[in-house]
Amino acid sequence: MPVQGSTGATPVIEARGLDLTFQTADGPVQALRDVNLTIGKGDFVSFIGPSGCGKTTFLRVIAALEHPTGGTITVNGMTPDEARQARAYGYVFQAAGLYPWRTIEKNIKLPLEIMGFDRAEQDRRVQNVLHLVDLEGFGKKFPWQLSGGMQQRASIARALAFDADILLMDEPFGALDEIVRDHLNEQLLKLWARTEKTIGFVTHSIPEAVYLSTKIVVMSPRPGRITDVIDSPLPRERPLDIRDTPEFLAIAHRVREGLRAGHAYDD
Amino acid sequence: MSVAAASAPTGRRGGAALGTLVGAVLPVLTVVLAIVALWYAASVMMNRAWTLDQMERRGLEMTAMEIVADTMNQERPVLPTPHQVFAELWNTTVGEPVMRERRGQMQGNPRNLVFHAYHTLWPTILGFGIGSILGILLAVGIVHSRAMDMSVMPWAIASQTIPILAIAPIIVVVVSNLPALNNAVDAGLISEDTKLLVPKALISAYLSFFPVVVGMVAGLRSPNAMDLDLMRTYSASRPQTFWKLRLPASVPFLFTSLKVSIAAALVGTIVAELPTGARFGLGARLLTGSYYGQTIQIWSALFMAAICAAGLVMLLGAIEKLVLKRMGVKP
Repeated sequence: MPVQGSTGATPVIEARGLDLTFQTADGPVQALRDVNLTIGKGDFVSFIGPSGCGKTTFLRVIAALEHPTGGTITVNGMTPDEARQARAYGYVFQAAGLYPWRTIEKNIKLPLEIMGFDRAEQDRRVQNVLHLVDLEGFGKKFPWQLSGGMQQRASIARALAFDADILLMDEPFGALDEIVRDHLNEQLLKLWARTEKTIGFVTHSIPEAVYLSTKIVVMSPRPGRITDVIDSPLPRERPLDIRDTPEFLAIAHRVREGLRAGHAYDD
Repeated sequence: MSVAAASAPTGRRGGAALGTLVGAVLPVLTVVLAIVALWYAASVMMNRAWTLDQMERRGLEMTAMEIVADTMNQERPVLPTPHQVFAELWNTTVGEPVMRERRGQMQGNPRNLVFHAYHTLWPTILGFGIGSILGILLAVGIVHSRAMDMSVMPWAIASQTIPILAIAPIIVVVVSNLPALNNAVDAGLISEDTKLLVPKALISAYLSFFPVVVGMVAGLRSPNAMDLDLMRTYSASRPQTFWKLRLPASVPFLFTSLKVSIAAALVGTIVAELPTGARFGLGARLLTGSYYGQTIQIWSALFMAAICAAGLVMLLGAIEKLVLKRMGVKP
């Protein structure tokens, strides 16, 4: 299989013939089969597909939370385990996952404490990322005092606090309502523009994927594999109403076609 | 009081708070009154036989009212009435000095129930301390080591199936004959009184460690997969995951089990006092009461034990509230 899509100059994440089979009680389940992908520096990559297509699994492989059973993958030129040790990525989960006994500030400090930053540096970074996600003045609050959207922003701040170049996000806005989601998507794009991070973003919303990404990876299930990689022609500057333009709709259409093709294979 | 304070949020008016107070107190009062009424009825029924027997022997004529009145005020009733028990409680706490002079020295007064409660509470708190620390350490071991998980838990469960009444005398005999302990007394390191406290505290610890083990294991395992994955993404070490995630997550579980454990510790101490001929302590009071058929004394000692247990549990509840508030738990 040829290498699919590569836009950025330096590859940040490079997967070659990646396989992952889980051993379950019902026998082996192939979660990923022959995944080839190159993600360049500064890319915003969305992984889209139905449940069971391996998009979350792939993100977890990048994060060294799962280990492939075949093929190779490098993150910043290292193995995922080494990359994690080198603080290559920040991970944002489906739920905010803030520790309820810590204030927002202390939650953001959690990785900094573990990584051994000194006190003054911790405080400086907390203020910095609180500003990035627009949560100034909420540092002393406990998580339950914030709305769901604010909590998720705090968890993004936590992932940004130690300055990893890669941000891995696993359906971070999946549990939020449409209006909050739109708002957060807009903010995320601004944040991406300001920080120039490489972002891996798992979603099952087509508009979300098209609106956010420079590269859309369409996946299909059983076994989880990549069916299409779309390099978005949309400009980096994206107001919300770009979603009504013909270019946007054309990409959305192609994503939908890709998803349908994946399903036809299965039925 | 504490009920009203807990349920009245800040900013509400006094009237609302009073309403809450009445709402909370009224049902409680109703239940208490019902229990007292039942208690009196039971006393009359159970003490009646003795009154009728006396009446017959002495050839007295008594009206029904007089019989009822007599059943409520016997010296050694089968079931003492509430007012007898509370009079006894009053007389043996407020009505007696805590200390008295004996052989030119001020000493604790064994007629005072507070004195006995003190002798029971000390080993209880000591045993509770030993038991909960042991329980926490075992739980930490169980959560972190598969070998301990497999080997310790069955023993902990087995330990609780042994009737404490059966092994309490064994523990007392073994511990009070430990050479180390006797040497310490001889060397003047600990007093004879302190030595008596040791077996009581150990039996109390024996009963109180178990709820802590169970609760703490559940608490330390309460973080979900995502919380743990987050720690992995930071490459956190096991000690870091323990201190920053597992331990704080276990605190609510810990307090719940501590409350069960402190009540068990009190029961342990009282049981430890029963078979050992202890002279002081609520257990000793129960025992002498039953030797001499002093049912009123037995009941007042039982009530004192209940008051102590309630006090200890409430104290823990207050500490829990304070700690959880500091940990930002939603009020």
